[in-house]
Amino acid sequence: MNTTNRRQFLINTTALAATAALPLGVRAQGQAIKVGVLHPVTGFLAYSGNLSRLGAQMAIDDINKAGGIKSLGGAKLEAVLGDAQSKPEIGAAEVEKMNEAGVSAIVGAYASAICLATTQAAAKYNIPHVVDVGVADQIVERGLANTFRFAPGYKVCADTAMNHLVLLNNLAGKPAKTVVIVHEESLFGTGTANLLSQQLPHLGFEVKEVIKHANPTRDFNNIVLRVKAVNPDIVIPANYYNEYALFVRTMKQQNVVPKAIYSVLGGAASSYKFVREFSDAANGVLDVNHWFNPKDKRAWALKKRVDAMKDQFFTYEVYLNYSAVHLLADAIERAKSTKRDDIVNALAGSTWDKHFMPYGPTKFVNGQNQGAQPLMMQVLKNDIKVVLPKTYAETQPSFPWKG
Amino acid sequence: MFELSILWPSLLNGLTTGAVYALIALGLTLIYGVLHIINFAHGAALMMALYGVYYLQRSLGLDPYVSIVVMVPAMFAAGYLAYRYVIGVASHGRDENILLVTLGLAIVLENLALFLFKSDTRTIDTAYTFTTVPIGPAMIALPKIVAFFGAGATAGVLLTIMRTTDLGRAIRACAKERQGARLVGIDVEHVFAMSFGIGLACLGAAACFLLPAYYVNPTVGNGFVLIAFTIVVLGGMGSFAGALVGGLLIGVVESVGSLWLGESLGQIGIFLIFIAVLLFRPQGLFGARA
Amino acid sequence: MVASSGFLLNAAIMVLYTALLGLAWNILAGFGGQFSFGHAVFFGTGAYAAAVLQAKLGWNAWATLPAALLLGAAVGAFIGALSFRYGLRGSYFALVTLAFAEVFRILANNVDFTGAGVGIMVKLKAGPENFQFATKTGYLYVILAFVLAGLVVGWWLKNSRYGAWLQAVRDNEDSAAALGVNVFRVKLGAIALSGALMALGGVFYAQYFQYIDPGLAYGPGVSIEALLAPIVGGLGTLWGPVLGAVLLQLLGEGTRGLFENAPGVSLMLYGALLVLMITFMPSGVLGLLRRKA
Repeated sequence: MNTTNRRQFLINTTALAATAALPLGVRAQGQAIKVGVLHPVTGFLAYSGNLSRLGAQMAIDDINKAGGIKSLGGAKLEAVLGDAQSKPEIGAAEVEKMNEAGVSAIVGAYASAICLATTQAAAKYNIPHVVDVGVADQIVERGLANTFRFAPGYKVCADTAMNHLVLLNNLAGKPAKTVVIVHEESLFGTGTANLLSQQLPHLGFEVKEVIKHANPTRDFNNIVLRVKAVNPDIVIPANYYNEYALFVRTMKQQNVVPKAIYSVLGGAASSYKFVREFSDAANGVLDVNHWFNPKDKRAWALKKRVDAMKDQFFTYEVYLNYSAVHLLADAIERAKSTKRDDIVNALAGSTWDKHFMPYGPTKFVNGQNQGAQPLMMQVLKNDIKVVLPKTYAETQPSFPWKG
Repeated sequence: MFELSILWPSLLNGLTTGAVYALIALGLTLIYGVLHIINFAHGAALMMALYGVYYLQRSLGLDPYVSIVVMVPAMFAAGYLAYRYVIGVASHGRDENILLVTLGLAIVLENLALFLFKSDTRTIDTAYTFTTVPIGPAMIALPKIVAFFGAGATAGVLLTIMRTTDLGRAIRACAKERQGARLVGIDVEHVFAMSFGIGLACLGAAACFLLPAYYVNPTVGNGFVLIAFTIVVLGGMGSFAGALVGGLLIGVVESVGSLWLGESLGQIGIFLIFIAVLLFRPQGLFGARA
Repeated sequence: MVASSGFLLNAAIMVLYTALLGLAWNILAGFGGQFSFGHAVFFGTGAYAAAVLQAKLGWNAWATLPAALLLGAAVGAFIGALSFRYGLRGSYFALVTLAFAEVFRILANNVDFTGAGVGIMVKLKAGPENFQFATKTGYLYVILAFVLAGLVVGWWLKNSRYGAWLQAVRDNEDSAAALGVNVFRVKLGAIALSGALMALGGVFYAQYFQYIDPGLAYGPGVSIEALLAPIVGGLGTLWGPVLGAVLLQLLGEGTRGLFENAPGVSLMLYGALLVLMITFMPSGVLGLLRRKA
């Protein structure tokens, strides 16, 4: 790390003195394969950014402990950390720095808006960029050859959510007909809400209201009042952690108990932190979200390690980044090279299945992993359990929820 | 497109939410009214106060409402020192520099909090966080009702200080006529620091009333800054009664606006009022005509 | 050399971009004495003009430039007409600009036209004719041209009769009025000019990063960025915004890589250095250099 800091310092202070003295050849030196780990670890996304970084760092440590990249003589991975400061332009600037530092690939950058900027910046140098979370589908729809997303985007999540909702409703004898969607106002919330409100009517549900709210929202009492007035069978929230938590708590407080709180990429819904802190409000909540394969022991082993850490929770930020780094490592193994072009090709043809996500072997089409899918979870008895699809279910869903 | 039946609860919600806004604006209006500083660090200071209340509860088990006796003096001291030794010094009294200094301070505070407390959102769990009180057909959260009375009490205390104490007189003198005050022997820098301290002390109280109904993380202050400014302007810069009434009014506007236009677009009502007040009645509801 | 120039190139572009924003803000605040806290309102208008005209109406990217300039000036004239007609000055004016920026942000968030919360992507269509460049050098030339335009405007303000009127209004509005200056028209011109130049910055952002949403376009981040550089560099001077942009970039880059394992520490340093800078350079860099001269 000392070398990196020193190199950073050199770059920083001579930034504007155009110079040939900048150390260039570092890329090929030594055994270490540099991997850019770029997340918003400061600013309003800091919580998710730090968890993402944790997942990536744990993966790098594990890979190194297991012998590094064997096809390259046991070469170790070295993290080049970057902070996007919750701003796309800073994310893009960090990509430039990482390029300068000679990274062979980049993993990041959690938020869709930042990912759009970083993948683009990386594309100019054909740096393979594995997108860890970033659910906006635009990220993989621009035809950038260097961009690979392991996890699903919000279209797939919304579609899956709707199919599961129909299934759930049918299984219970169709008790639910009306829906209210409560979503945050930016890209992921609006995009998800649009898809849901367009499709749900075709599936037999009446969308009575779509309530958009700001980030941050200081008080949910009015929204809950409106929900109460409409009295829908199902409430569908799509928002970030803080708002989700406040919303669900307020519903509990105002005694609003719909047949289901059915979240799509619910910010706090499948969060161990939320369940631990607000078990009263959390119980019964359904969520279609990123999740690990509960039948895979490796996931539970990793969870155990994260749980043992102080104040850390096993969230999707952690294991999606953990998986993303391993995906990259597999590609480097097969590419037998640290050259960016080779790694891009290896990723494009990847059929990696040594992960604990419910995706099957990877298959990238235009950068999107085709097998990626969210799972449906429910908070039951203060724990989160997968309830759909049947192949991954740990228990039966409880629907309608009796409060 | 809203039901009349939810208008009443919505009004009450607006009043109680507005009370918390008022608490935050009380400090800001003093700082603005006296020092003519637009304090960009107000949100960050609120955030630090919230952390204070949080940790007092977590490590000492102090109930947030009890913590007021700790937070108010602590924030007062912080504000006094911050003004005396940082802001006053760094800005050399120039408006644009004060801007930058408070901005810089805000960045430092926000990231200090990130470094010390990490980015997790924290909430406190008290016996009454989930309690609601029925008022007619509405169910209002108890912490918010307490906040409502707390805001009134705080405004009352501030008004008393301003009207009856020597300090209050000195503050009013400095606000009206800085040079004149100096000429009659008032230590203006000291009075300014005291004002800044009182302004921050209000945030200490605000934090005690806010945390039970909300949460804290390093960026939580940002969501309140714009609203606080709006209220200061609406009520009249330097007027406590104005901040109180303004806060309640803005709370109601936000509430009803969101019923009518939707939660997202409804926010626009706040800023339209802001603009209208600035254009047509810049001294605000209670301010003296400049 | 290509690898290292990528980083420097981006840094240079970002410095010039910040300088452009600062030059725009400086017109109204430095030369005109009217501080604005909501300059994002012009920036966002330019950015959305570029994005919407391309995405929804299929315009060529370069064609959006004059549209953005016009819209920026128009928004400036609108806000200026209202504010100055009602005699808003000092912090009242500053706050009203903040309010306008927020109003625009909320509107942008709620109309389909701007893509609402989803934002708008500028389609990837590399090629100079599309104002998109495969290598960054193209962007460097464009932003350089914009900054030069800003400097020319600044020079003009320092040396023209209009500029003299504007500075007279800044120094003492009532005296200027007494001397026969049409204060309202002069201020209106300044805000329109400032708005137009700021809108240019918005267009550049849209083309360089190819994605905007209401928060990025109209949020307080841009407004703050616009005022930092001129104050640090020297308010009301020709080169102040540029110098300030350089200094801030060095500060930002210099602190960003440090203490990377402790998120937040580097930004604390940045904030502290900002405060220190303004403590020891109360009139900005140029003010300091002038005192020493």
